[in-house]
Amino acid sequence: MKLKSLLASVIGVLFAFGCGSEDAQVSAPIATAEAADEIRIVGSSTVYPFSTKVAQEYKNKTGQSVVVESTGSGGGHKLFCEGAGADTADVTNSSRRQKKSEFDKCGANGVQEIVEVKIGFDGIVVANALDSVEIDLTLKQIYQAFAKRVPISDSNCTLHDNPYEKWSDIDATLPGTAIEAFGPPPTSGTRDAFVEIAMEGGAKQVACLAALRKEDKKAFATIAHTLREDGKWIDAGENDNAIVQTLTNTPSAVGVFGYSFLDQNADMIKGALVGGVEPTFENIADGYYPISRSLYFYLKADNVAVTNGLKGYALEFTSDEASGPGGYLEEIGLVPLPDDERARYRAAIENMTGYSQ
Amino acid sequence: MSAFESIHQSDRAVKRMTRRRGQELRFRLFGLGAVIAAMVVLAWLTISLVGTGYTAFYQHHMTLEVFLDEAVLDPTGERNAENLRKANFRKIIQEAIYARFPEVSERRQKSALFKIVSASGATNQVRQMAYANPALVGRTLTLSVPTSDDVDQLLKGYIDRDAPEKRRKISNQQIVWVDALKATGEIKSQFNWTFFTGVDSRDPELAGIAGAVVGSLMALAVAFVVSVPAGVGAAVYLEEFAPQNRFTDFIEININNLAAVPSIVFGLLGLAVFLNFFGMPRSAPLVGGLVLALMTLPTVIIATRAALRSVSPSIIDGALSLGASHTQAVFHHKVPLAAPGILTGSIIGMAQALGETAPLLMIGMVAFVTEIPSGLTEPASALPVQIFLWSDSAERAWAERTSAAIIVLLMVLVTMNALAIFLRTRLERRW
Repeated sequence: MKLKSLLASVIGVLFAFGCGSEDAQVSAPIATAEAADEIRIVGSSTVYPFSTKVAQEYKNKTGQSVVVESTGSGGGHKLFCEGAGADTADVTNSSRRQKKSEFDKCGANGVQEIVEVKIGFDGIVVANALDSVEIDLTLKQIYQAFAKRVPISDSNCTLHDNPYEKWSDIDATLPGTAIEAFGPPPTSGTRDAFVEIAMEGGAKQVACLAALRKEDKKAFATIAHTLREDGKWIDAGENDNAIVQTLTNTPSAVGVFGYSFLDQNADMIKGALVGGVEPTFENIADGYYPISRSLYFYLKADNVAVTNGLKGYALEFTSDEASGPGGYLEEIGLVPLPDDERARYRAAIENMTGYSQ
Repeated sequence: MSAFESIHQSDRAVKRMTRRRGQELRFRLFGLGAVIAAMVVLAWLTISLVGTGYTAFYQHHMTLEVFLDEAVLDPTGERNAENLRKANFRKIIQEAIYARFPEVSERRQKSALFKIVSASGATNQVRQMAYANPALVGRTLTLSVPTSDDVDQLLKGYIDRDAPEKRRKISNQQIVWVDALKATGEIKSQFNWTFFTGVDSRDPELAGIAGAVVGSLMALAVAFVVSVPAGVGAAVYLEEFAPQNRFTDFIEININNLAAVPSIVFGLLGLAVFLNFFGMPRSAPLVGGLVLALMTLPTVIIATRAALRSVSPSIIDGALSLGASHTQAVFHHKVPLAAPGILTGSIIGMAQALGETAPLLMIGMVAFVTEIPSGLTEPASALPVQIFLWSDSAERAWAERTSAAIIVLLMVLVTMNALAIFLRTRLERRW
């Protein structure tokens, strides 16, 4: 009998719960149909730390609730361009500029005015363990070390599989250790940027590939963008902390990741010089360090009317307190824009001036 | 010697016997080895988690005399919300800590000094107090504010004091200040309540799991309410009432297949059905729960069917022979007797759902949420999602917090499994 009553009560509770959740289901679409309660932000995992910091400060100041999703740049633009209105994303973060195709899709789906805001720069570093050798690479050497297929010589563009086993095979001045790199997988924005800036930049310095680029851009891109698959380049997953750990355990290996991880782990790893330039905050800010990219966010001007505090969030992001010299974003690793450029983007937010491609 | 003995004790027989015994011994050793290997791995996991995670349960705070200067916060003296919203509370904290070390005057040194306290944490603490009670402006308060994550890590011994200064996140001068404050008791370590009561934060010293835990519990409640009644009902029907034909065979194969489908597929299904078709809100625990319910449904059905099958047929036969209808026999006798198995299956299915991140990605629960969700349609995160996001953050202090969050998640899982075992032994009836 005890068992039966227990079961009965369990079932009773289930039904009570069940009815409750049905009510919630019914009321859900009504609640979201009008004005949005929270600012919805999607996009790049590289911008995510900065975006969440601003969200937190803005929430503290105004009580406005903000939701930041880490979907990756591509996923962010896709969600952002689904349409305009309270139940769509208000902002998308991006670690690259919006593509023409994405911009057009936004337009086709009724997003009329998009405000583009550049927030700063992110360096991509090639690092190794603190107590292993100093490396000084050129972009060309980076290309030669990591490309799947390389030309036989600078003048002869017949490709062969990458023959370099050790760094010293590329250039006698480089260390005699085996080439081994842990880097981000193809799904990562950091990987895209590394391939487009470092690998392409390096391939351009090979004379015959530069000539090929003028004739056949696609063929050039394939040669420059394909990383080697013989185990010298290892896709280490999205987690950059894991790469840092691996480097300390494997002193001969190098890792490829964002500057903020070098900044936070300066007691364990050091960055390789690229073109003789050390990856430091100042060198990235001044544009001397060659492998750096711009970070952006995009905002729907149409949504300012339906989402409370959307403009306020964007202004907070570009305020002196956040992105200015010594601001709280600099503290967590953002390399901010120069003041005059920032003022220009801030004015665009004030006036909600859209951009066009 | 009899013929019998000669067969069983001949050289070949003895050899066969030794071989057989050898096989037996090897099998036992392999079995034991497997168990030991599993135990070692488990112990390793536990030790490394607890070893890195336990320090997250306490945190260093600093006692600070804060003067809420009217000239800074509210020069017009109106005390209205608008003025306070724009007020520079950061400056209040800066002045408070400069006042503690009046000998520091150089700008760079001052900025290094300010980095001892959690800028965001201290500022917000004063800000919220002033918002709640504007009359506090103009008064001096003694507050306990969290120290910055770097100071906390230093005092917890995670930063090597002997490393060259350039390689540290904290300078020699800062170490001197911190040690002095520690010696006078102005910096004290205390239990880290924020970790349990706070929402997610970008600053490790302010981050908590409460929002994620509430989100997880809500999603789990929805999943339980949807998947258990539906799963048990489906299983009872399939097992007891459905005709045995090709169609039901086909359904059974499909259920078994569904149980093995990667969980991200359920996320895609949820995105297509609940978000795009029914227009439910993104990041809501309601949708998360429905997706997790779909994912656990096959587990619940399979476990329930197995439990029903294990009930002795003589019980049903007895009931039927006493005049009970088939439905009565099933619901009065078979289902109650199968209840322990059903509950165990359901709880294990729920425990599985609790640890999932992949399906939540598609429906927008992999997110930073600034509030503890207060309803099923409010945006929320989930505990495993939070662990995933924290583990990918750059600051060193996240490592211990990630481990601590994993410890909490494991504790919940162990509790759920213990509940399953308790219910099984409690409800089990033997003959």
